[in-house]
Amino acid sequence: MRSSAFVEIKNAAKSFGTLQVLRDINLSVERGQIVAIIGPSGSGKSTLLRAINELDPLTSGEVWLEGVQINRQLPPRQYEKHVNQVRQNIGMVFQHFNLFPHLTVRGNITLAPRMLKGISEADANALAEEQLTKVGLLEKIDEYPSRLSGGQKQRVAIARALAMKPKVMLFDEATSALDPELVEEVNQVMKQLAEEHMTMIIVTHEMDFAASVCDRVIFMDGGVVVEEGPPSVLFKNPQEERTRNFLRKHLARNGD
Amino acid sequence: MGLDFSVVPGYFGVLLQGMAWTVAITLGAGILSFFGGIIFAVAALYAPWFIRLPMRLFAWLFMGTPLLLQLFLIYFGLIQIGIDLPAFVAGIIGLGLHFAVYNSELIQSSILAVDKGQYEGARTLGLSRGQTLRQIIIPQAVHAVIPPMGNNMIALLKDSALVSVIGVMELTLAAQQSISRTYRPFEFYIAAAFCYYIINLALEAGLRRLERRIAASR
Repeated sequence: MRSSAFVEIKNAAKSFGTLQVLRDINLSVERGQIVAIIGPSGSGKSTLLRAINELDPLTSGEVWLEGVQINRQLPPRQYEKHVNQVRQNIGMVFQHFNLFPHLTVRGNITLAPRMLKGISEADANALAEEQLTKVGLLEKIDEYPSRLSGGQKQRVAIARALAMKPKVMLFDEATSALDPELVEEVNQVMKQLAEEHMTMIIVTHEMDFAASVCDRVIFMDGGVVVEEGPPSVLFKNPQEERTRNFLRKHLARNGD
Repeated sequence: MGLDFSVVPGYFGVLLQGMAWTVAITLGAGILSFFGGIIFAVAALYAPWFIRLPMRLFAWLFMGTPLLLQLFLIYFGLIQIGIDLPAFVAGIIGLGLHFAVYNSELIQSSILAVDKGQYEGARTLGLSRGQTLRQIIIPQAVHAVIPPMGNNMIALLKDSALVSVIGVMELTLAAQQSISRTYRPFEFYIAAAFCYYIINLALEAGLRRLERRIAASR
């Protein structure tokens, strides 16, 4: 079945042994749309995000990107090739950055484009400079990641993902590991991407950010999508009891 | 007959040549043990069982038998099946493989200790398993293993004296030959010990520089 949406997840289910972490999830994201996934820890939101680029493959169901099925059932060798190919279109940003500590910022950004797209060193350097300018860190190009603050690391990680010119960006709690005063600089970069109409799926604990940037918010709990809608509805006037409970607890914890 | 170190300078050239051979063997075997160690480690962790199993046996043989015996086997034993290696080459292969097995054990645990996020970060960009291993995992594993591997290199330098038994004119054999001409064992063994110590100092200084350079990028 070909899909019309840009990113489409159909009947997704996932279990780790006997533990079922995702049940029958359906989700479609249009090109340029920005979707936030919120929910308590253990709700399966990160697992769902990691299923999109096959880091945690689904047990059953389908994931599609621009009419191409990502989780195709193939013999191991072909599967490996297919996955390496489709992942180039899907940028991912992790909670703990996962920058390569033995490479400079430049090396982190240029590695994949050089190896996978065969571009010249000069072009790769220009690409790194372009992406670093975008995240405001051009002056750090020859530093090693250990010399950067958390916020700077995450901005470099975003630049690294963008250098592959992905069609969609996945953010897995990109600001959860940051000191509070460093969150804003990363949020700024994400907002800028939103203005450029990058398709984004964002797993987050930050309701304010989700409300201000996202077109749509999905609330997950217990491995299912409980409720979804535009932030104005889901945050101001949630329909489901579970959503209301979660938001109330969350707001109480953040003290506002 | 008292001690008389004045005979030593006359054999300076012999000792110096011995030193040069010792350095050459240590370097050759060191490089072989480094790359061999990486290859053995990757094979031990990722190769299919029909490669892994014989390699396990090979590793067990090299760790469980005397290095001296291994050198005899490579130099004298292999001739019988038509492989006639020069003593110098046999020495490098014997020492190199012996220490490659030890290095491999270090590198294996170091590969497994690399953060899983590194693997995910690379794979997410589209890098293949092999590319991730070569570009991301192994360089980090090797960085982490330089200090303990340095200890193996120093052990290798000292064990290089064993290749004297297959006739390589390295430092220990050079000292012995000088002794057989002068009958001054104490003086020449002390002189040889001093030479080993000098090489050791240089090796340690080199390793320290390497560690500092790696530390600078952390």
